[in-house]
Amino acid sequence: MITRREGRAKVTGAARYACDARLPGLLFGRILRSPYPHARVARIDTARAAALPGVRAVLSASNSPAIEWQQSSRLFDATVRYIGDEVAALAAESPEIAEDALGLIDVRYEPLPFDLAGRRQKPKAEERGSIARGLREAQEVLEAEYRTQTALHNALEAHGCTALWQGDHLVVHESTQGIFAVRDEVAHKLGLAKERVRIITEHMGGGFGAKQVAWKHSVIAALLARAAGRPVQLMLDRNAENLASGNRNATVQKLRLGARRDGTLTAIDVRIDLEQGAYSTGGEDSDVIGTYLTLYKCANVRAEQTALATHLGPAVAFRAPGYAEGNFALESAIDELAERLGLDAVELRLRNYTSEDQREGKPFTSPDSLRRCIARVTSAVDWPRRRPGLGFAAHDWAAGGGWPPAEVRVEFRDGRGRLTVGAQDIGTGSRTALAQIAAEALGIPADAVEVALGDTAPRLYGPTSSGSATLATLAPAVQQAARAARERASAAAKRGDNPKDRSIRTCGAQAVELAVDRETGEVLLQRVLAAHDSGRIVNPLLHESQVIGGVTQAIGYALSEQRVVDARLGEVLNANLEDYKVPTVADIPQIVNLSESMPDAEANASGVKGCGEPPIIPTAAAIANAIYSATGVRVRELPITRDKLIKP
Amino acid sequence: MIALRVNGEHRELEVEPRRTLLEALRLELGLTGAKEACGMGNCGACTVHLDGEAIYACLVLAVDCAGRSVTTIEGLASDGRLHKLQEAFIDADAFQCGFCTPGQIMALAALFQRQGKPSDAQIMRALSGNLCRCGAYQHIVQAARLARDR
Repeated sequence: MITRREGRAKVTGAARYACDARLPGLLFGRILRSPYPHARVARIDTARAAALPGVRAVLSASNSPAIEWQQSSRLFDATVRYIGDEVAALAAESPEIAEDALGLIDVRYEPLPFDLAGRRQKPKAEERGSIARGLREAQEVLEAEYRTQTALHNALEAHGCTALWQGDHLVVHESTQGIFAVRDEVAHKLGLAKERVRIITEHMGGGFGAKQVAWKHSVIAALLARAAGRPVQLMLDRNAENLASGNRNATVQKLRLGARRDGTLTAIDVRIDLEQGAYSTGGEDSDVIGTYLTLYKCANVRAEQTALATHLGPAVAFRAPGYAEGNFALESAIDELAERLGLDAVELRLRNYTSEDQREGKPFTSPDSLRRCIARVTSAVDWPRRRPGLGFAAHDWAAGGGWPPAEVRVEFRDGRGRLTVGAQDIGTGSRTALAQIAAEALGIPADAVEVALGDTAPRLYGPTSSGSATLATLAPAVQQAARAARERASAAAKRGDNPKDRSIRTCGAQAVELAVDRETGEVLLQRVLAAHDSGRIVNPLLHESQVIGGVTQAIGYALSEQRVVDARLGEVLNANLEDYKVPTVADIPQIVNLSESMPDAEANASGVKGCGEPPIIPTAAAIANAIYSATGVRVRELPITRDKLIKP
Repeated sequence: MIALRVNGEHRELEVEPRRTLLEALRLELGLTGAKEACGMGNCGACTVHLDGEAIYACLVLAVDCAGRSVTTIEGLASDGRLHKLQEAFIDADAFQCGFCTPGQIMALAALFQRQGKPSDAQIMRALSGNLCRCGAYQHIVQAARLARDR
């Protein structure tokens, strides 16, 4: 069994995160944020703050470059658009002085009307066949509305960085999922050549999608460091993390499913509203319609989603963006439809099984893998002899196959290998799995391979860790470079293209066993069983960590997590870890990972696919279906809190 | 000026009265293993031992630690030999990003020091004040059992 290579560093406290950089002369940055959901910044006076002993730099619209940010906004804009929007920033000798100084910045706001219901943006729609025909052909039509909540990522390490200038070069120790994404964006915003910006991410404390794009704090830290002539550490606090660093969009999904008596789906019609917040961050493009278009075979599909711009914090990708939301609705609805048709819920799914990507019009590289996942889960729970409190859901995911570009280098001398990649290990175990891939191709043990990653300086482009793509992007190139390095000591390789005539996707199935306390409405989870197609499983131990981690987050999404907003004030009432309920150790049942290694040779030469996102996708629907089985109560809104199960 | 013992060593610190133990450890002593994640006693990422007891270092003022003994994750291994919990965390892959790991281990280490062979219920209780957003709980509990049973 190969354990995580940074294990020792992580259990001894030696692992260095962005917030752990300790540099001579380090200053501490803080950002002043808007207390209004929508206002004009009429006047801002930073003189008192700047005069406080220990304050070394203060930035606001008056002395900062008017860097364009998100549509037509600016780094420090004259209009603030949500509670938490950036107004000013400063750096001081200690966090305490910085905090004091924030209180000395005088701002006069002119409040403007704010809108939480949202302005409708341009819809995104896809259609195939004819919905009218599909509904005509249907002998049963299920019509229902499902809702999902705004969820907050709450990675335990907040967004943040430590920035320093070395002459005209900028070095940023960043907590990010994409060192090159941050490098390019920071360079662009500051008008620097990319080569003059270096991003380092040795370890990072969780991202889950929210750290896949560059945020303002990196540019602010760089500007503060330049103004002060000293390095600046700027970490968001928990409140800001919950207000201003992204969230999973809330959705309203109105859908109609049409089917023949035998279960054949004839129509899938869905209209989705998703709350986007005040800005489009570039990472918020959650494809909620995606799974409606691909999970089941259906000739007539109409799927449309419309973003709503509100005066709340911006949305950004959150682990399987769009699919976790869409799957809850679709997989709840399939169970409802099965009951109407008098068919077994799993049988209904199998009758509408598809071996091809209907969106792309191409066969899947692994056409049987979903069937295999379904079989593993249903046989483990003895589905034909099921008892009340058992729920099931299947899922697909639009990614996991990786894609170019990426470039890697392998050196091989005296029986030892050294692999350099431009990706980062966000806790998924990329270092370990990539070392295994390289070692295998070099014909040496994994611990004879050193891995260098998390640094843009070697100028080997690596992918952002998103779309469950890191390993599947890099493994084929690592394999190729390592094989070449056996012959000539040092070799680089670029990630090749994916097959043009096949669709690479991941998928899986989960079952949930639970009971519901009829007095209190408490959902007592007993077991979650999960089987996911991750292609070839390189490291079973680390793969299992991804599965149990995804399921654990999904349990929070299903049962307890919800951003709560005061509609009169536009204010988030639970922007902390006291009131925003992420799962604790006591909330988690036994999670059984039934995934089997299914090398996908059609996808790429390494047979590897991703496993980061899939495990979070089907859990909420499986829980909702199990609750229905246990109680006869169909809850169509997340989170499934007790008040929705107990009627007064 | 306060004097205290940190990981067995005598240390003297000049701290503002409002500086937390966590900030003093991280900023003045360079002991960055304990992390700040919430700053208000919700998550446990800053867990250290104060006179042998697991506490949230973000809720304790440094000045209140005068004359007392603090152990951090950096002081848990002795002579380069990992504590059995540290070994077990690696073997069970009881972390992903690792940000909460020092706190999880310190929460359990205080229990193990007190209890030797803690029950499953005691393990769960010791971990109940430590959040892991990557969701490694199942492996964390397995690591604790592994350390107990070895």
